[in-house]
Amino acid sequence: MADELKDAVLNYVAKEYLEDDSEPLTYDTPLISGGIVDSFSMVSLKRFLENKYAIAIPDDEATPEAFDSVNKIVSLVQKYVAKKG
Amino acid sequence: MAYSDKIRGTYQAQIKGIQDAGLFKQERVIHSPQAADIEVEFPAGSPLKKVINMCANNYLGLSSHPEVVKAAHEGLEARGYGMSSVRFICGTQDIHRELEQRLTEFLGTEDTLLFPSCMDANAGVFEAILTKDDVIISDRLVHASLVDGIRLCSAMHDTIKHSDMGHLEEKLQLHADKRFKLVVTDGVFSMDGDTAKLDEMTALCEKYDAMLLVDESHASGFIGKTGRGTHEKCGVVGKMDVITTTFGKALGGASGGCVSGRRELVEMCRQRARPYLFSNTIAPVVVAGVLKVMDIISRSTERRDKLEKNAAYWRKGLAEAGFVLREGDTPIVPVMFFNAKLAQDFSRALYDEGIYAIGFFFPVVPQSQARIRTQISAGHEIHHLDMALAAFTKVGQKFDILGKTKQDIIAKYGM
Repeated sequence: MADELKDAVLNYVAKEYLEDDSEPLTYDTPLISGGIVDSFSMVSLKRFLENKYAIAIPDDEATPEAFDSVNKIVSLVQKYVAKKG
Repeated sequence: MAYSDKIRGTYQAQIKGIQDAGLFKQERVIHSPQAADIEVEFPAGSPLKKVINMCANNYLGLSSHPEVVKAAHEGLEARGYGMSSVRFICGTQDIHRELEQRLTEFLGTEDTLLFPSCMDANAGVFEAILTKDDVIISDRLVHASLVDGIRLCSAMHDTIKHSDMGHLEEKLQLHADKRFKLVVTDGVFSMDGDTAKLDEMTALCEKYDAMLLVDESHASGFIGKTGRGTHEKCGVVGKMDVITTTFGKALGGASGGCVSGRRELVEMCRQRARPYLFSNTIAPVVVAGVLKVMDIISRSTERRDKLEKNAAYWRKGLAEAGFVLREGDTPIVPVMFFNAKLAQDFSRALYDEGIYAIGFFFPVVPQSQARIRTQISAGHEIHHLDMALAAFTKVGQKFDILGKTKQDIIAKYGM
């Protein structure tokens, strides 16, 4: 699941936030601290993850730090998918 | 005394950091009325220099128009200088209501409320009409004042890629569960000079039951056949739910702004918008000036027609000289330099040639998108534009960028 999840998040972020002439993303590219995703735009990423994986991420865990790379986002999603059991 | 050396030192270091990054803003002091020809002191202490102003928001050339100045004088005599009160205590005069009525008719809306500025209108409108159960979907290039107003509001906020209608539709679907959806855009985008696709946005908002708010600060008075704004250009007058706009640009250029739109939304601003509730409104002298501006633009389209011709002449001249321009058909014509230092050096060289136009760079525009934003006015005559074109061409030759592509310029000067 991890690889599939990683690719789904990476593809979503690239489609949602990158312009045509942007540098390609890696799993560790800093998204928020790197200026690719602004804090306002995190909301659609959070909603996308919650809808796709049928989870609820509490607002106090959806921090700029927790959303700062594809790998960090994947860890957060996995935590809530596991909780769902 | 609590302003310790530690506090002072911290701010001094921050200011030095801004200077070291090349981002320090310096005012150039003008010693004449705002117009196409101005006298400027720059750098501070220098002798006054006569220059052609190519960067004012004075689109209709009304900032120092004799009829507007005379009306302001008469307004000052007839209604006094200040109100010494907010609107709902004892700060509303007949001329405030008259201006609101005139704006409602001009913008094709249901009602209008004046604000001290459009910055204040944008700061107050969202919190007044939305709650945490709602969502705001804004274009990623909207003006900073809209971003600040959205931040003050408890509604969820999401963004779309600039003018990407497919992306807007996806977001309207994503947020279908929200109580209300409000789509937010500039009419004319101030840094790029392109216009919002209000016809397509209106259709999408109708399809997905969303409201539409447009900031018309760089459009009111001159975009569209009779200058009503971007909604007139796009054929959707009467369909805007909220328009915010300013009197600090084309409409006399002094100060003030408004929220205009659906009757209930305007009434909610009258009841709840904090910049309206807790600040004096526009001074009577300014209201009298704006009323005269409304007379001038309502009796003839002469000024906006001249502006349109001037802008087309300017854009064609720059393109033929070989500059890289942002596409568009508004009086905002950005000349692209990409490199921040090049834009600043070019601006300084233009000033030496008697042309006043400012370089913009990150964070005002995205990284590697540095530019000189030129703005055309109905106050410009062809001889002003010809002199400015000659200066741009001369400086362009000096920097060897004429006829060069974006890639050429970046290869020569860097990002």
